[in-house]
Amino acid sequence: MDVLYFAWVRERIGLPRERVETKAATVMELVAELKAREPRYAAAFADISALRVALDQELSDFDAPLDGVREVAFFPPMTGG
Amino acid sequence: MDIRVTAEAFDFAAEAQGFSGRLEASGAVVTFSGIVRDNADGTLERMEIEHYPGMTEKALAGIAEQACGRWALEDVLVIHRHGAMRVGETIMMVATASRHRKDAFEAAEFLMDYLKSRAPFWKKEVTSGEGGAWVDAREVDEEALGRWLE
Repeated sequence: MDVLYFAWVRERIGLPRERVETKAATVMELVAELKAREPRYAAAFADISALRVALDQELSDFDAPLDGVREVAFFPPMTGG
Repeated sequence: MDIRVTAEAFDFAAEAQGFSGRLEASGAVVTFSGIVRDNADGTLERMEIEHYPGMTEKALAGIAEQACGRWALEDVLVIHRHGAMRVGETIMMVATASRHRKDAFEAAEFLMDYLKSRAPFWKKEVTSGEGGAWVDAREVDEEALGRWLE
């Protein structure tokens, strides 16, 4: 699946998107896999309460299943307007 | 319904006039525009707005559709910029049109409350001599959504 990062999550991880091969069943499991990769991922995902997640461009939550999902995006709370 | 996400500057007055000019049955138009304001020290060099192409358009259209389902609106306009903007530049606008003012006012507030916290935009303030700081989401903005859930 494609994993996208925005705002300070993108800056902390150092890239805007990447292709991830995973068998993670939920967003939380994907986060755990990413955190285990490198310190920059661990830093970005240190406080999940400071993050939001979208699955296939719809806001979702961290216990949501990833079954059939093609695009996962992580970002801080939005500040539009 | 007209939803636009653009890096280009737009003319608020011309857009408001164009919106009003296309109406047939409305007696009330409410417009709101958001403008880049300077920080307390007067050192803001620019505001940078990042967004999530694809999701942004969908989220804005979804919010506008909700507004149309909830109030009797003849038309809705949302324009939101991304990229770099200087103090005084218009970031975004909404316009709503209805037969009577109450629907137009309420729908405009609803659109603003939702697009502040539910449309995927992120603001960064860049001051002279610094790399920039992401604007934190404010709790009052999240709380503002609560009143529409009743």
